[in-house]
Amino acid sequence: MTPKTLLWLQSGGCGGCSLSLLNAENPHLLDRLSQAGIELLGHPSLSECNGPEFLGLINAICSGEQTLDILCLEGSVMMGPNGTGRFHVLSGTDQPLFQWLQKLAVQAKHTVAVGSCAAFGGITSAGINIGEAIGLQFDADQPGGLLGEHWRSESQLPVVNVAGCPTHPDWVTETLMLLAADALDPSQLDEYNRPRFYTDHLVHHGCPRNEYYEYKASAEKTGDLGCMMEHMGCLGTQARADCNIRPWNGSGSCLKGGYACVNCTAPGFENSRHSFMETPKLAGIPVGLPTDMPKAWFVALASLAKAATPERLRKNAIAEHLVYPPGKGNKNRHKKGRKP
Amino acid sequence: MSLSQGNTVLGPLNRVEGDLEIRVEVAKGQVAQAWVNAPLFRGFEVILRGKPPMDALVYTPRICGICSVAQSVATAQALAHYMGMAPTDNGRLATSLTLACENLADHLSHFYLFFMPDFARSGYQKQPWFETIQKRFRAQIGDAVNQVLPARAGFMQMTGTLAGKWPHSLSLQPGGTSKALSRSDQVRLLMLIRSFREFLEQVLFGDQLEKVAELQSREQLMGWASAHPQSDFGHFLSLVEPLQLDQLGVTRNTFISYGAYDIPPTAKHKQGYLFQQGVVHWQKQSLHTSALNAELIEEDIAYSWLLGERAHPYQGSTQPDADVPGYSWCKAPRLGGRVVEVGALARQVVNGHPLLLDLVKGHGASVMSRVVARLLEFALVVPAMEQWCQQWQVNEAFCADQSSLPTSGQGQGLVEAARGSLGHWIKVEDGRIANYQIIAPTTWNFSPRDQQGVPGALEMALQQVPLQNGGEKAELHECLAIQHVIRSFDPCMVCTVH
Repeated sequence: MTPKTLLWLQSGGCGGCSLSLLNAENPHLLDRLSQAGIELLGHPSLSECNGPEFLGLINAICSGEQTLDILCLEGSVMMGPNGTGRFHVLSGTDQPLFQWLQKLAVQAKHTVAVGSCAAFGGITSAGINIGEAIGLQFDADQPGGLLGEHWRSESQLPVVNVAGCPTHPDWVTETLMLLAADALDPSQLDEYNRPRFYTDHLVHHGCPRNEYYEYKASAEKTGDLGCMMEHMGCLGTQARADCNIRPWNGSGSCLKGGYACVNCTAPGFENSRHSFMETPKLAGIPVGLPTDMPKAWFVALASLAKAATPERLRKNAIAEHLVYPPGKGNKNRHKKGRKP
Repeated sequence: MSLSQGNTVLGPLNRVEGDLEIRVEVAKGQVAQAWVNAPLFRGFEVILRGKPPMDALVYTPRICGICSVAQSVATAQALAHYMGMAPTDNGRLATSLTLACENLADHLSHFYLFFMPDFARSGYQKQPWFETIQKRFRAQIGDAVNQVLPARAGFMQMTGTLAGKWPHSLSLQPGGTSKALSRSDQVRLLMLIRSFREFLEQVLFGDQLEKVAELQSREQLMGWASAHPQSDFGHFLSLVEPLQLDQLGVTRNTFISYGAYDIPPTAKHKQGYLFQQGVVHWQKQSLHTSALNAELIEEDIAYSWLLGERAHPYQGSTQPDADVPGYSWCKAPRLGGRVVEVGALARQVVNGHPLLLDLVKGHGASVMSRVVARLLEFALVVPAMEQWCQQWQVNEAFCADQSSLPTSGQGQGLVEAARGSLGHWIKVEDGRIANYQIIAPTTWNFSPRDQQGVPGALEMALQQVPLQNGGEKAELHECLAIQHVIRSFDPCMVCTVH
């Protein structure tokens, strides 16, 4: 079988999705690619060639002389200043990178945005968006971006947005494997063209703090063990990703690391409505409750749950180290937590 | 408008983190002058303006996917300074472990993925050592990569336990760390460190770390190399004399270190840092050590596509303008007007390691000494990590109370990233970030010229590099010596301009 060719370019980003990709294990990244029948034509961190040799490759793709099956972009498309793209000129070419992307995307069978920057603009577009950073096919949650809402690659797919900041190595390699096997169709992409294999989950799924959530036993300060939704800004109940099902770096996740989910797979996550580490509230009720539940029900359930919180969870929620373990050894298990 | 005069452009350069372009003027078969351009501007200092101070912890790690933890630690320190608080002892240990894990993983990626593959390129195919080196280090397909990628990823599992994930963790906080570690975490981390030690001792060194750490002089080092020819460090050292790597990319600039791995003092380490803070500069042929005065740091923008004035980072600004005369988006930081080189070499020279002092006194900073310093750090830091891992108090706090934020104030965070000294300066007014300035390691090393026209460290290091590959003449674009010099600094271009 002829290998599927892959070209990976970087623009207005941090390179973190590539570095995260190197964390792929069993098998390692290069084995994963070769077993998927993917030939890496060029990658900024891994390729041998430089300068004229690398530009020769890009020109050969633009002219159709070299087949390109998968084009990956990592980092936002830099349009600034004033639409000129001079904030990122491709080294050695005097031409803004966005113009190269336009030429390459036409030739590629599939185009993939790796990370929230390439997909939606991401962190680079935060604040006043001085860089005029956009995504390949979205500008935050608005369709369009560099290539336009109706653009389709030769495979009839839109840009596949492997969003995340950074991306989990498996999200990227599984997307590439699906594309290499011609096994990804539009029905497997969500409303922002993210692969549903990881965005059909919420970060909440498998969260190790679920029991605290159930009883609204909330963390009050950094390091506390309780649920971080009520006070600490956690967006895990809305965020679309399998972070607490598919471990990071062997065993981790943001929640396991003791900090809030910032919803980094979502368009526009980079501008928090309030502050990333504090939950905005209206009349004492957190703004941004789970999206598909009537608010009144949520409030009613939450107050019921709060009243029923076992002492064990109430105490553990505001401690850094577990105070009461569950089970028979727990001296407080008969108290039932009905304190006013 | 471009102010650089070189007529030949080197770029794009792969196997550096981010985008790099270098203009070169050639005369008499060697590089006469070089102009280094960081061609990507994102504007983090502008993005941060007006944000709540604590939100900087979300933004700054995303400056860089390879030095993400270092950026977080610099922010956490700057915030703590502005808040007038200190992290817990446990938090300091967990932070140092996380930062050390990132720094060593970066050294590993640099050596195996970025730097060594240049010796496996066809320009050297007539050299007697070529077959061996190519088989081992060729980009993507050399044998080494099959051992290195699993070792790196396995070692980075430490970050899953310590910080939730890598890169871009929020666990590193002004008060310490957000994840309280248990005894089982302790033994698990120790296991991961020891597995990494095993890889280093079997593959990189072929010797105990303690033996490598004890090497005192160039003579001892070269003696060690001939006794360990099959180790990867031995492979590198075998190239030093044939390619004169000790005389390549030479500079004699001021070295600085902000002090690395801030740990609670113990009987053995009274000062707190594993590697001390300080400045080393040249007076004629000898080295002089002095204390660091961060007030003397200024950023010059004479050749940058920026408006404003030369200023200390507290007063600095970031106003990009593609039409002003210049040749880089990078500013030119200087310490008391001096050009500075930062990195593992600077860190070890400032800390007074005899081997690096000997190498630097002999030939100055060079391709050889920069690489040796990085590899030596594996031997120095891994045993320290094993110590830290057993040092924290399991039932005590990891994060101090950090709930009170002054409505105004300022703070600086100075840390050592893999590539050298990283500084953050924050100013808060009315509860919002009024100014945030960042000077990253590669901002120092790859700075453009300053208002006196003095080139930055890489620009100097490239002067007089001969256009040849192992004694044979080479065209500029095929010249591997230039590639060795550039990559000997382990540039991180995304950090450089941010």
